[in-house]
Amino acid sequence: MQDKQHIILLFLSMFILIAFVGFFQSWNLALTIFNLCIISSIMSLGINIQWGNAGIVNFGVMGFAALGGLANIIVSMPPTAKAWDAGAIYILIGIIIFILSIIFSILVWLKSGLSKKKKYIINFLLIILGYFLMRYIIDSPIKAIEAIEPAKTGYLGGLDLPVIISWPIGGLLAAMIAYVIGKISLGLRSDYLAIATLGISEIIIYILKNEDWLSRGVKNVNGLPRPVPYEIDLQSEPWVLELTKFFNIPVSEISSIIVKLSYSCIFLLILIGILLLLEIAQKSPWGRMMRAIRDNEVSANAMGKDIKTRHLQVFVIGSAIIGIAGAMLTTLDGQFTPVTYQPLRFTFLIWIMVIIGGSGNNFGSIIGGFLIWFFWVQSEPLGLWFISQITAHISDTNIIKSHLLENAAHIRLMFMGMILLITLRFAPKGLIPEVKR
Amino acid sequence: MEFLNSFILITNYIIIPGLTYGSQLALGALGITIVYTVLRFSNFAHGEFMSFGTMSTILLTWLFIDSNIKFGTFPTAIIVLPFSIIFTIIYCLLVDKFVFKFYRQQKSKSVIALIVSIGVMFFTGGLIRFIIGPGDKNFMDGERFILKAKDFKMLTGLDEGLTIKSTQGVTIILTILLVIILFWFLNKTKTGKSMRAYSDNQELALLSGINPERIVLITWIITGTLACVAGTLYGLDKSYKPFTYLHLVLPIFAAAIVGGVGNPIGAIIGGFVISFSELLITFAYKKFFFYILPDNFLPDGLLQILSTDYKIAVSFIILVLVLLIKPTGIYKGKIIE
Repeated sequence: MQDKQHIILLFLSMFILIAFVGFFQSWNLALTIFNLCIISSIMSLGINIQWGNAGIVNFGVMGFAALGGLANIIVSMPPTAKAWDAGAIYILIGIIIFILSIIFSILVWLKSGLSKKKKYIINFLLIILGYFLMRYIIDSPIKAIEAIEPAKTGYLGGLDLPVIISWPIGGLLAAMIAYVIGKISLGLRSDYLAIATLGISEIIIYILKNEDWLSRGVKNVNGLPRPVPYEIDLQSEPWVLELTKFFNIPVSEISSIIVKLSYSCIFLLILIGILLLLEIAQKSPWGRMMRAIRDNEVSANAMGKDIKTRHLQVFVIGSAIIGIAGAMLTTLDGQFTPVTYQPLRFTFLIWIMVIIGGSGNNFGSIIGGFLIWFFWVQSEPLGLWFISQITAHISDTNIIKSHLLENAAHIRLMFMGMILLITLRFAPKGLIPEVKR
Repeated sequence: MEFLNSFILITNYIIIPGLTYGSQLALGALGITIVYTVLRFSNFAHGEFMSFGTMSTILLTWLFIDSNIKFGTFPTAIIVLPFSIIFTIIYCLLVDKFVFKFYRQQKSKSVIALIVSIGVMFFTGGLIRFIIGPGDKNFMDGERFILKAKDFKMLTGLDEGLTIKSTQGVTIILTILLVIILFWFLNKTKTGKSMRAYSDNQELALLSGINPERIVLITWIITGTLACVAGTLYGLDKSYKPFTYLHLVLPIFAAAIVGGVGNPIGAIIGGFVISFSELLITFAYKKFFFYILPDNFLPDGLLQILSTDYKIAVSFIILVLVLLIKPTGIYKGKIIE
């Protein structure tokens, strides 16, 4: 039972850390950090089931998270009525034609008995034909749609449903794309798979940045609906006013704390739900099989396990979890900004969380997510404090001092790199090592 | 005449920029390929090594300009290059000593080394931003153009102008020089041969008395040199921003893989394949057809296959396609388990 105590101790100290922020900085900030910690933990759970349980290197976190964000738009934004008049249906038809041409060329590749050279030529021609046909069909409707009040809409809009539906939809969207990606690239060796997934996630971001009709591109989608009440509405509620009197803090602060707390509750429920499912999966024969495949593919194959299908399965499940977390993140932000999706923040940081927490252990991933996100946010003020301490005896007009203070924020990248390197070197199993079963 | 105009148009907008960008990618891909074959892992920190080299060049350039050391109209950055190469090599060797060496001795899986290189990437990226700041730095001085569009038009009487920036000229010439030296070293010298032997079969190389530590040292010297030169040339050509070098890693990996990882010739070919396909696919052909087609045949629209916004995405698309169709690349590369 040493392990359980160890885990409880780690989580307790994590909560004390966040409580410190609450007492010394502000409870608002503490709750913001807490909410993002939960989302990071869910993302790292997604990577953990892929890397920790099955040994799949997925560097496409950024792409799946962004797909979850896209689900927010598709589900919850009001539809742009004029866009549907302007021929939005043609865009769908065009895209379906392109996808059909790809499916058809795959069929030619797999089923026809032609020589390899002929297959290359036919496939090339098919896809080129499909592409230009699509462009011919979609180019003018896209132009028309993007011209509809470009400052406000200029995109298709969504289905105007409650935003909370977009979370499972985001997971589904990510799962669908993950199925396609997994189907084509899981046969690759680990290094190549890493590079391929990273490349594909960049392509997804490029599409979201540039296809204005879908996501408004770099103009962002603002004002996404919320699953929780707005601060303004809360401020006139009598019970909120009563709380204000009781705690003796301004009403604006208490209302935003209530909003953040309600987000925390929903997120916490989802985190616990996913954690439970993953724990059950890990303890089941399925989890045992996944670990067997991870540790020795050859012998698992000899035992009659279908490695390719299992890898695909776990890749889809993990990516779906990341998609859900991505959708939650966009809802929390209240806006979809494709430019903010950076591999450093969305892919590599999540990987650091998984490695530090302990790959193969779900509780480890959660604590990793909490700890790393906490320090990612807090190392900026910490770095500033550190630099101002060591330069305290230098006069304020010194160029070196002002330069150091100016760039102190970037210490956090160095700090993250250091943590990762030290963990990999001295404690490669992470904070909460995988349970030996 | 019309035909000549269209040819100059293509030269100006595709061939010269393609050769320049291709050279930069090729130098970067060579660095990645050499680490991959000899040390056996994919080095994600290579982009940051390039950035580090560029940073040293910029700092030295500022130092030289401040102390009024000038070499006519020649860019100072190229003069200080040998010194910044030394700094980059020292940094690479330090990283190897404190980080990579351990995993090599442990004979860790290449995936672990890959994740380690991400740690190095974070650390180096932070270090660079800490020293020089995240902002845009332009460190090109001296004469900007070898050939100006106006002069070219005057000289030939054509409608289309041809511009050659001095950074473009310097890039192409330096790349040719560096590649010749590298291939001479790998193929003709005893050390180069022992390096190739080591990368082919480590055990056999050890048996024939090759010192592995020396091979590793030379590998990092070559990698540092290539990274520093590639980074500096890219920064000179497009202005330096630490942030862009992180995004440069993927096109460089694309170049290395498309050519066939582990094959130096493949890395060079891959660099040019990537750069030219980026330009060819995002170029608006309207003006080109304007010159060669009769007026009434001219279609409307820009005649672009993909919009320019997708320029970098093209390299990822090619990368993914190559990984799917022929993971060994154009020239058969090494597959390391």
